[in-house]
Amino acid sequence: MSTELPEPPSKIELKPGVGGGGEVPSFDITLRVRRYLPEATADAYWEDFKLTMYGTDRVLDALHKVKWDHDGTLSFRRSCAHGVCGSDAMRINGRNRLACKTLLKDLDTSKPITVEAIKGLPLEKDLIVDMEPFFQSYREIMPFLISKGHEPTKERYQSAEDRERFDDTTKCILCAACTSSCPVFWTDGQYFGPAAIVNAHRFIFDSRDDAGDMRLEILNDKEGVWRCRTTFNCSEACPRGIQVTKAIAEVKQAILARTV
Amino acid sequence: MSKTSSGTLYRGHEGMWSWVGHRVTGVVIFLYLLVHVLDTAMVRVDAGAYDAIISTYQTPWMALGETGLVAAILFHAFNGLRLILVDFWKQGTKYQRQMLWGVLILWVIVFAGFAIRHLSIAFGSH
Repeated sequence: MSTELPEPPSKIELKPGVGGGGEVPSFDITLRVRRYLPEATADAYWEDFKLTMYGTDRVLDALHKVKWDHDGTLSFRRSCAHGVCGSDAMRINGRNRLACKTLLKDLDTSKPITVEAIKGLPLEKDLIVDMEPFFQSYREIMPFLISKGHEPTKERYQSAEDRERFDDTTKCILCAACTSSCPVFWTDGQYFGPAAIVNAHRFIFDSRDDAGDMRLEILNDKEGVWRCRTTFNCSEACPRGIQVTKAIAEVKQAILARTV
Repeated sequence: MSKTSSGTLYRGHEGMWSWVGHRVTGVVIFLYLLVHVLDTAMVRVDAGAYDAIISTYQTPWMALGETGLVAAILFHAFNGLRLILVDFWKQGTKYQRQMLWGVLILWVIVFAGFAIRHLSIAFGSH
């Protein structure tokens, strides 16, 4: 009979300096968050948090640190935390960014880092806004395939060139960074906004779709593409790098030419 | 909304500030035209009053005001051409920043030419 050997420990103790990974540098930051607690105060106010963070940390990690270790009442949205779900768009140092894609070391850590909710949508609490007006505009442009005639028995064919035509606008994750960076949208909540136009563009220029004219008609409204004043805030804010203003300009031209 | 959403100013880039400039110069030009239409319309009401108003255009303050007005019109005009290109030229959105620099350079050159001539007439010994 063999004696039962104890399982070797899975954790191996390394001597300091072994491994060569190097220490991740740490630094102190001041996170200045625009707080709004409707149950407690009528007005929004700034609150500073002093944190020690690491070179690999993002703004989202700093918010987590505040919520988990300092003040559990801090409210913000996040889901995937990897730039795919589009939940954590917020105004970081005055510009719309995803908190999960903004590294702290890329910001000026000698000054307080300001974090605010996105503009133009009704504020509900801290960094959370009511996204319903945003999604309402999105629904109005009918963001789904509409085709006439018989359903094909196989897949709907599309050439690589036809697919390329609207490739840029398929990248949208509906984070609202573009729409809430638009000065027109801040003052005119009726404006469809960049995100809805980007998603209309995705179907208008899709060769398999037959409702392009209908979508162009919707966007030919006075609150449609003609509200765009080409400030390029949306193109600059998009975390997916979509050329938003270019897409809007293409829709404007398509309305005038009706060549789709 | 206003009391809860106010925070920092949005830090837009050249595109946003050129839009602000376009809006401000547009309002300035509109207000001037409004006054100007009213003062020229006075000629049909009272010729004496018309002469009195038009003579104020000779004062140094008005000369400075006209300089500002021409600066506003030049920026609005050149930037307006840029906006048309952004909307209708295929490469317009790609080169909007370079076009803005072009607008500003053109604006400085043309405005300097006007200002030298205009101010030397307005404040020169005539």
